[in-house]
Amino acid sequence: MAARAYPRVIGSLREPSWLIGDIVLPLLSIMAFVFYYRAMGAPEVFTGFVVLGGAMIAYWLNVLWGMAAQFYWEREVGNLQLYLISPMSRMSVLAGMALGGMFSTTLRAVSTFVLGFVVFDIQVNLTNPGALIVVFLITLLALYGMGMLFSSLYLLFGRNAWRLSMLAQEPIYLVSGFYFPVKELGFWVGLAASIIPITLGLDAMRQLLFGPELSDGLLPVSVEIMILLVIAVIFFVLARYLLEYMEYLGKREGRLLTRWL
Amino acid sequence: MALRDHLRTLKYATWLGWQVESNWTSPLLFIIYSLVKPIAAVLILIFMYLIILGDVASDPVFFSFMFIGNALYLFVAQVLFGLTWVLHEDREHFQTLRNIYMAPMSFYMYVVGRALSKIIITSAAVFVTLLFGVVALNVPIDILKIDWPFLLIAMVIGLIMICALGVALAGVSMLTAKHSGGINEAIAGVFYLFCGVIFPITILPMQVQAVSLAIPVTYWLEILRRSLVPDIGIESISGLSTFSNIELVLLLLVSAALFLVVSMMIFRYADYRARKQGKLDMITTY
Repeated sequence: MAARAYPRVIGSLREPSWLIGDIVLPLLSIMAFVFYYRAMGAPEVFTGFVVLGGAMIAYWLNVLWGMAAQFYWEREVGNLQLYLISPMSRMSVLAGMALGGMFSTTLRAVSTFVLGFVVFDIQVNLTNPGALIVVFLITLLALYGMGMLFSSLYLLFGRNAWRLSMLAQEPIYLVSGFYFPVKELGFWVGLAASIIPITLGLDAMRQLLFGPELSDGLLPVSVEIMILLVIAVIFFVLARYLLEYMEYLGKREGRLLTRWL
Repeated sequence: MALRDHLRTLKYATWLGWQVESNWTSPLLFIIYSLVKPIAAVLILIFMYLIILGDVASDPVFFSFMFIGNALYLFVAQVLFGLTWVLHEDREHFQTLRNIYMAPMSFYMYVVGRALSKIIITSAAVFVTLLFGVVALNVPIDILKIDWPFLLIAMVIGLIMICALGVALAGVSMLTAKHSGGINEAIAGVFYLFCGVIFPITILPMQVQAVSLAIPVTYWLEILRRSLVPDIGIESISGLSTFSNIELVLLLLVSAALFLVVSMMIFRYADYRARKQGKLDMITTY
């Protein structure tokens, strides 16, 4: 696990100049949405929603590109066969990828979040910081569990893996309520979108940071924490079995070494 | 190299781009894939608008401003992000960049050709997005009232400018690792923020507005908006009402020419550095 996490951590620090770009430039896209809200005369709390959602996008992108599509990429560059012949657990490779990804992404997300709050002077109503940390960690757990599950699924995909990840950006930003309370889409739509852990995680974090009234929460935070815990466990268990099954399927069909398809 | 050779490179690079973009799936799935992303992107903005203002009719001029700007911005986002990925894909995924380099053709024209295929595919998405706006959201684009000459002139100059920006970023991509794609996306975000795509530049702090006025995309979007909806007074909120249509086209032309020269210089320099540092066959494995 440490061996797989290590190159990610080192990779993210290899060129310090990229760090600046990774931290500052995403803030510019976030600013565009902030000014859009301001152009419409939206209440100030929406600025906070945008900054929070914009920072959390980094995790979703990391799950899509750094987790889900990673085995596909490893197969393309020839690393996958090395993983398969090494005497180690495949799950530990996934876990290492997740940990390494979390490190580099947290660097970006937290910096974007803090910078955004400072630049826009966002007022928060944080009464329970402990709960916020718990929600954040459980959200990451469930989210990266989903990433491990996707990674197993993507093991056999060809070029459509890349397209699938592309497709899982804007539509997910929409249904998960990255820039507005998800309840605005309707309770049932929000509930259906809760299969993506970041939907509930964001909703809970919004409620804890800005207060439940202003955040128009989908469910009470305690319920959202319970659901996140349950889906985290489900994703981890499913990822384990799916990985074994996909590896078996890949070996049987001879697709683990195919490239450029 | 003769013009005919350049045109042939352009033609086959465009064809190759089309194949790479579309032949991974069935045509129907490809069409759905090409439309879902832009429609979802615009729906995010529409929901944000509806949450705050309640109804499209609350501020139809602002809504049209946002909707048209966002639809046209697809060209910028797709070409900028797409071209950087083309470089990484050719270098690391297909590992054909070396072969392309050795072929008897202009590598610059090859990259432009790949940009052209992006523009063709994006044109369909832009058209469908605008159609969706007209049919479902009453965006007041009337085919009989469109100022076609200005629209066509601005579109051609603007697309050349966007290609130039894309080629410059593609040059930078020759020097960066695969995961630096986020930076390229963020650069597309710079234009999203400064060029009055979804809100008038007057909302920005005064000092920042100078940056907006230095980027040709700002003028490009303004001309296209004025051409598409000439009757609703969209220029009254854009912050560019002091400029006439002719002045805007001239500004676009001059700034685009400048961007083109700078982009060629960046590309040539990056090309030289990439070859000198042995980065043409770099593979990012972490």
